[in-house]
Amino acid sequence: MSCHGEGPAPAQREAGELVIALVGNANVGKSAIFNQLTGLEQAVGNWPGKTVEKAEGVLLHDGRRIRIIDLPGTYSLMARSEDERITRDFLLAGKADVLVNVIDSTALERNLFLTVQLLGMGLPVVISLNLVDIARKKGILVDAGRLEKALQTKVIPTVAVQGAGVHELVDASLAVEGRPRRWTPDSLRYGPEIEKRIEKLSTLLSEHRTRQPPRWLAIKLLEGDRRLLRRLARKDPRLPDAVGILENECSELHREPCSTIIASERYALVGRIAGSAQDFVSDAGRKNADRLDSASMHPVLGYVIMLAVMLSILAFISIVGAWVATGIERAFESLNPHAPEWWGALLWNGGAVGLYAALGVALGFLLPFYVILSILENSGYLPRIAFLMDRPCHAVGLHGKASVPLITAFGCNVPACVGCRIIENRRDRLIATFLSTLVPCSARTAVILGTVGTFMGPLWAMALYVIDFAIIIGLGRLLHRTMKGSSVGIIMEIPPFRWPVPRLVGKQAWARFRPFLATAVPLIVLGSLAIEGLRQAHALDEITAWMSPVTVWWLGLPAFTGVLFILGILRKEAAVVLLASVANTVDIPSVMTPVQMFVFALVIMLYIPCIATITALGREAGWRLAGLITAVEIGLAVLAGGIAFRVLAPLL
Amino acid sequence: MPKEEAEEYLEAMLDLSAGGKAVKTTALAERLGVAPASATEAVQRLCRDGLVSYEPYKGATLTAKGNEAASRVKRKHRLLEVFLTRVLRMAPRKAHAEACRMEHSLSDETEEALCRTLHGPQSCPDGDPIPPCDLDVESCAACQAARKPAARREGRGAVPLTSLRAGRPRRVVFVRGGKSVVKRLCDLGLTPGTPVSLLRAAPLNGPVEVHIRGCNLALGRAIADKIFVESDGAAA
Repeated sequence: MSCHGEGPAPAQREAGELVIALVGNANVGKSAIFNQLTGLEQAVGNWPGKTVEKAEGVLLHDGRRIRIIDLPGTYSLMARSEDERITRDFLLAGKADVLVNVIDSTALERNLFLTVQLLGMGLPVVISLNLVDIARKKGILVDAGRLEKALQTKVIPTVAVQGAGVHELVDASLAVEGRPRRWTPDSLRYGPEIEKRIEKLSTLLSEHRTRQPPRWLAIKLLEGDRRLLRRLARKDPRLPDAVGILENECSELHREPCSTIIASERYALVGRIAGSAQDFVSDAGRKNADRLDSASMHPVLGYVIMLAVMLSILAFISIVGAWVATGIERAFESLNPHAPEWWGALLWNGGAVGLYAALGVALGFLLPFYVILSILENSGYLPRIAFLMDRPCHAVGLHGKASVPLITAFGCNVPACVGCRIIENRRDRLIATFLSTLVPCSARTAVILGTVGTFMGPLWAMALYVIDFAIIIGLGRLLHRTMKGSSVGIIMEIPPFRWPVPRLVGKQAWARFRPFLATAVPLIVLGSLAIEGLRQAHALDEITAWMSPVTVWWLGLPAFTGVLFILGILRKEAAVVLLASVANTVDIPSVMTPVQMFVFALVIMLYIPCIATITALGREAGWRLAGLITAVEIGLAVLAGGIAFRVLAPLL
Repeated sequence: MPKEEAEEYLEAMLDLSAGGKAVKTTALAERLGVAPASATEAVQRLCRDGLVSYEPYKGATLTAKGNEAASRVKRKHRLLEVFLTRVLRMAPRKAHAEACRMEHSLSDETEEALCRTLHGPQSCPDGDPIPPCDLDVESCAACQAARKPAARREGRGAVPLTSLRAGRPRRVVFVRGGKSVVKRLCDLGLTPGTPVSLLRAAPLNGPVEVHIRGCNLALGRAIADKIFVESDGAAA
C-alpha cells in the first residue's frame, strides 16, 4: 500500500500574499493548527518527529491570500537532524513574513528557549500558547498577559485540536505584518559577560548587509554555529578569528564551552520569564500518569505489554480481515450471473472479481490496520516503544528513535522512508531507511494473511513474520559491521499519554485509506481485466512461460504466478488480489499447495519494494542506493524463496 | 594617564565628595600624597576624558560616567577585601593594601564571580557598603538562583547520573560527550545547575528516562553516562 507523503510543490509567491510559518518544538501541535487553518490533512499524532517535511496550504482570510507553512519541529536553530535542517534553512532564507511560534503550555521553559531565539530574527512573531487545556488539567496556569509583557510580542492561548484560538492567530499575524520588533527588551538580555561579547561581535557584523539582525547573528556565532560562520566569513574574513577569541574568553571564565554558557544563560532567562508567567495549582492526575508510565516502560512488564499489543493487533486484523473478505466475496458471488458469452466471463472474472478482491483487502485488512496505527500514534505509545526498543536496536547498530519509523513502516514503507529523517546521522539514517523497506507493510500483511493466514493458519503466518524479522536483523547487523561510524544514541522526548480523539483517528485513517480507494482499486480492476483479456487471447501462458525458470524451476511455484510478480511491483496487494484472476478461481488451495502458498507469500514479502517506495528511497537516499537496495532485495527474495521451497517441500 | 592612576583619583574623589560637594585639588593631593600641581594636572585630564567636571578654584565633581567608573573600582576594592579577609584569612590592613593594587587589574567577570562566590556581601570588613552591581537582577538571590553556582563546587562529588537509583532530583554539574550531543542536551534544558531526576532505566544497559524542566526525556545509556550530577556529599 502506498500512501505518498509528498508535500505539494512549492508554489510561486503571489503578489499581496502573506506567508506565515508555524515554528515550534516537536509535538506541540503545529500540524494540528495547520490542519485547522488550511483544511488539509497533515498527519498528527502524539510523538516527536511526525512532520519531517515542510507542508504548505493556502487560506483565504477576509479576502486576503495567506500561505501557511508547517515546519518540522525543532528545539533550537542549530539543526542536528535532517528534519530540523529543513526548518533552519527555511527560516534563515527569510521566506516568511510572520512567524507563528507554537508553544506547549505544559513545558513552558523548554519551549521559550526556542521562542527567545526566534524573537531576535528580525521577523514579527506571534505566540500560540497551545495545549492550555492539558496544562490546566495538569494544574499549570499560564498567564498570556504576563507572558506577552515579558516577551513584548502578541500571545494567544489556543487549543489546536479543537480549533480554539487559531483564527485569532491569523488576525494577530495580519496586525503585526511588516512590523518586526527592532529592539531587545531588557527581559531578553543575557548576563554582562555574554552581552559584552555579543556587542563586540555585532559591531563587526553591522558593517555588512545581512538578512538577520547583527545581534542575532552574533549570538548564533558565539553558540558555535559553524555553518553560519562559514557563510559570513565570506563577507568578512576577520570573523572566524574574532569568534574564536570571544568564545575562548567565555569558556575560560566558566570552564564550559561557550555554547553551553549561552544555553545556560538563555535557560536562566526563560526560567525567569516562565516563572513570572505561570502558576502551579495542583499536581492532580500526575499519579495515574506515572503509574501508566511505570507499567508501559517497566523492564519486564513493558516488554510483555508491547508483545501483547503487537500480537493482538496481528490477531485482530487477521480475524477481521478473513471475515470481511469472505463476506464480500460471498455477497458478490451470489450475484454472479454466470453469463456464458466471452464478454460475460471477461467482465465478471476480470472486473467484478478484481473489484471485490480489492475491496476485501481494503476493508478487511487495510482500514482496520490504519485505524489501529492512528490510535497508536495518537496515544503516545510509540515513543515508549522507542524507549523499550533502544537496547535491542543496538544489535543492528541503530538506536531507539529508529524504531518509530520502523513501526510506521508496518503501515506503509513510503512515509517510513521519509520518516527516517528524524535520525541524526547519515549512516544510521541509511541503515534505518534500508531496513524500513523490508518491514512487512499493510499490503504485505494483506498478502500474508490473505493467503497463508487464511488457508494455512496463523502459525504459518507468524513464521513468515519471524523469517522477515530474522532477515531484517541479519541484514542490519551486516550493515552495522560494514558501514563506518557509530551511532550516538537516543535523545527523545517522551510525551505524556493522551486519549486518542476519535474524530482525529478517523480522519487520519481515512487520509491514509483514501489513496488506496482512489488509485489502487481502479488499478487492480484494470489489471484484472487485462489478465482476463490476455488469458482469453491465450497470451498469458507466453509471459508466464518466459518467467518459469525462476518461478517454476527454482521457486516451485505454478507458472501463472510470474505475471503477479510483475504486477506486484506496482502494488504489493495487487499480487494477492489478482491471484484469483490469474488462477481463474477464488479457491486458492485448489491451484496452490501449502508449500507454494508459503513460498509465494515469502517472495512477495521480500522481493522488491513497491514502485512508490523505490521512488521515496530515491529521493531520500539517492537513486544509486535505491537501485542497489532494490537489486539486493530481489536477490534476497529469490534466494530465500528457493531455500524455503527446498526445505519445506519434503516436510509438507 | 595610566588606568591605574586615573582610577586612584576617581576613587579618592568618590570618598571626598560625599554629599555631592566639589572636591578641591589640594584635598586630593593631600589624600593621595602627591604634589598639588600633579593633582590639578590629573584632574584636568580626567575632565578631558569626561569623567569629572572641573572649575578652577572651586573644585572638581564626578560626572555620571566618572561616578560609575569610581563605583566600579570601589566595588572591586571592597569585594577583594572581603575575599582576602574572609576566604584567605588575611589581616585587614594587609588586605586593604593588596586590594588597592589588585582592584585595577580585576576584570568585570571576575568581579561578578567573586560577588556570587561570596554570596553577594553587602559591606566590606570595615563596614563600609559595597556599591551594587549593574546586572539586570532584582536581588542577589535572583542572581544566585539564575546562575545556580551550587553546582559548580569544584571537583567535589560529581557522579554519573546513571550511577544513581531512580529518585529525587539532583543538580547537573557538567555534561561531557560529543559537541553536538552536548549542544542538543543543552537545548533540551540539561544545562549545568538544573535539577534532573532519574525516572527509570531499561534493562541490560538500555536507555534511561529522566525528568527535566517539566518534560520526560529518553536518553541512550552512553549519553546518560556522561551526565554528571551532584553526589549526596555535595548536595548536603
